[in-house]
Amino acid sequence: MATNYRTSLSRVRGLGSSHGGTDHFWHQRVTALANLVLLVFLIFTVIRLAGEPYPVMRAYFASPFVTVPALMLAISACVHMRIGMQVIIEDYVHAEGPKMALLLLNTFFAAAVALTCIASLIKLSLGA
Amino acid sequence: MAKAEARPSRPLSPHLSIFRPYVNMVMSILHRITGGANYVGSLILALWLALAASGPAGYGTASAILGSPLGLLVLFGLSWSLIHHACGGIRHFIWDTGAMLAKPSFRFLSWMTIAGSAVITALVWIIGLVKWGAM
Repeated sequence: MATNYRTSLSRVRGLGSSHGGTDHFWHQRVTALANLVLLVFLIFTVIRLAGEPYPVMRAYFASPFVTVPALMLAISACVHMRIGMQVIIEDYVHAEGPKMALLLLNTFFAAAVALTCIASLIKLSLGA
Repeated sequence: MAKAEARPSRPLSPHLSIFRPYVNMVMSILHRITGGANYVGSLILALWLALAASGPAGYGTASAILGSPLGLLVLFGLSWSLIHHACGGIRHFIWDTGAMLAKPSFRFLSWMTIAGSAVITALVWIIGLVKWGAM
């Protein structure tokens, strides 16, 4: 009988040597669905505000029915684009150093974009 | 311990340059390119929001930049890129269920992706330009 060297815990987790599962695959689809709905909201927003003066824009973003979907889009889109760009980097950059540097930059970029949107939306929503 | 060579010289499998382009291949490539463009475009949206939140002067600057011919061109490209990537996403959702993977159906889906993104982008811009007062 062949000896099984795997521990009970690793067999239960069932993840093997990659230590990871299909999280990215699943997160990419959940955020894709959210982005699909929220893209309609984004297009509506841009058309709604096209050519409008400052007070109209402020009044529009003062509503939580605008702020909340906008916050959702900022988070969902940035999670989605971080995973997507990670796949692109892993496909084309094979040298370990540059790959690691780009993966880190990718995370920082996605976080910076998300937080810029979130901070601006909170200011537009709550600020005077 | 010998360090593994990053790029060993092995024969390459046939790649882009060898195949005649066909619709699924082009849509697959476009999905990745538009994804990358949306990635860069997110910066425009973030900066627009930041300028809008900074006050009337910042909002005026952002409106002037986006309303300029170059700004409108970039916005047009970004809108098509977002809409095309969304249409491609719907196609991938359909494939995820295991449906429409036979040859005539997947080709049809790929043609619908580019046709859909063109029609929707055109409609969005007609509505947008009428609202903006340019049409």
